[in-house]
Amino acid sequence: MNEQSLMKRRYLKQRAFFLIVRLSALVITLALVGILFFLFYNGLGAISWDFLTLPPTDSMTKGGIMPAIVGTFYLTIGAIIVALPLGVASAIYLTEYAKQGKLIRVIRVAVNCLAGVPSVVFGLFGLGFFVVFLRFGSSILSGALTLGILILPTIIGASEEALKAVPQTFREASLALGVSKWATISRIVIPSAVPGILTGSILGIGRAAGETAPIMFTAAAFFTAVLPKSVFNEVMALPYHIYVLATAGTHIEQTRPIQYGTALVLIALVLGIDLVAIVIRSVIRRKKRW
Amino acid sequence: MVQKASVISRRIKETLIKNIFAVFALFSIVMLGLIVFFLFREGLPIFRVVSVTDFLFGPFWYPTYDPPEYGIGPLIVGSVVVTILSSLIAVPLGVLSAIYISEIAPPRLKEVLKAIIELLAGLPSVVLGFFGMVILAPWLQETFDIATGLNILNASIMLALMAIPTISSLSEDALYAVPRDFKEASYALGATRYETITRVTFTAALSGISTAVILGMARAIGETMVVLMVAGGAAALPGSIFDSVRPMPASIAAEMGEAPFGGDHYHALFATGIVLFFITLAFNLVADYISNRFKEVGSGTL
Repeated sequence: MNEQSLMKRRYLKQRAFFLIVRLSALVITLALVGILFFLFYNGLGAISWDFLTLPPTDSMTKGGIMPAIVGTFYLTIGAIIVALPLGVASAIYLTEYAKQGKLIRVIRVAVNCLAGVPSVVFGLFGLGFFVVFLRFGSSILSGALTLGILILPTIIGASEEALKAVPQTFREASLALGVSKWATISRIVIPSAVPGILTGSILGIGRAAGETAPIMFTAAAFFTAVLPKSVFNEVMALPYHIYVLATAGTHIEQTRPIQYGTALVLIALVLGIDLVAIVIRSVIRRKKRW
Repeated sequence: MVQKASVISRRIKETLIKNIFAVFALFSIVMLGLIVFFLFREGLPIFRVVSVTDFLFGPFWYPTYDPPEYGIGPLIVGSVVVTILSSLIAVPLGVLSAIYISEIAPPRLKEVLKAIIELLAGLPSVVLGFFGMVILAPWLQETFDIATGLNILNASIMLALMAIPTISSLSEDALYAVPRDFKEASYALGATRYETITRVTFTAALSGISTAVILGMARAIGETMVVLMVAGGAAALPGSIFDSVRPMPASIAAEMGEAPFGGDHYHALFATGIVLFFITLAFNLVADYISNRFKEVGSGTL
């Protein structure tokens, strides 16, 4: 009898624990759903064709956000042009060429530390290096380079994982046929890793599109009357647009619908990009031939 | 003879290619070095105006007064307070949800929850800051009947949401890596699932989970937009969680636009960046050390 009640207590404990654990997963889910709900609920009304295709008018209180969409597009594309070749090349060295040793250890620690640098510090660095020292000024170029370095660790990590997932037998078979190491890497390993690398880069794009602090001092403008003509122009950007409208100026309450609308556009953009990556990845996992 | 030459040229080509890739791989180290160099280049001049001790522990941050005061004490306290409070929220939620995802949830739900965590990680920080400003702040203000909803509590809640994905996904990886034999041995001894999870799986994954927690906290310290938009911005020592603060990243982001280029204020903000950089660097190095030092080295044998 005593043993039975002890058993009961043990299972009661288990049930209580499972309940708490389930609740914590539920809280996180509700937080995400709640945030998305409020933004959609308040933002959908602001979205219209004009909102997406017109520039702001009447000192930012009316009109659309087209220049900010264009600016975010340029910055993001620029960032990926910077980060993708660098990131993939680093990953190739780390997985295909490097032997385990001190240098590799140091490179890995550096990549981890780079991933942990606060975004506002990237902004400071971009200001000190690209804007001031290299005299690029506050421009698409400075912003894209800053964002590119920011997402570099993401790209390296994802590419490494993709390259490691290519079975060793692929490499051995190629080398056994007398194919050189570089040809093996470029013809066999990289093509097999492309989907994984792609997923990682898409996640990097999503990250770059949503960042605010790194572009505040390096690229973002409160308002530009015309679209950028060269990489040395300042641009408006979606995240920065939300920030300035919500915190600065005299029309904070008046521009609330625009703020919600811009937040919704940004979220749709970033989460849309992330969803594409998640879907691609799950398709790859299911269809894997090896 | 011709063949020999081609073998040699092929070898040279291969070595060349390898070295080119090595140069690319060194880029991350170079970048980290450049970041440190430029932070110091722009930040060090402030120490001609104020001593290092006065800068770090000075209780007054009045960069625009005459005469100005450059003490980032209140900013550091602000960062520490919101980081600790957000960890109190994020660590239990993150770790427990990881346990649920990795050990308990049915496969389908597991995939959904992992996607949810990933989407939460993908939310731009400015959007979370905006949500905290327009939804959470008015609600806190009414519920607790306080002067402003832009305060430590609000910032900590929103920061916790940013740290949870880091903590949860890394903890889940750590739990997943625990060898099956451990759990099976525990079940074979008659332990319940609860006992197995808490005493075997969790313990075996503890180093990975600690790493996850440290990286999550590092994320909270360095996060900018949330604290910039919802922490309230008062550069003073807080008395309660309903007071507003001005953590370091918020101060840098808010003031850099107004600080005259090359002036003392500008240098002081860069110096604040140095402090922030080294705090997060320390967190990352500790996390790296723990994950290497206590690396899972396969199942143990007696």
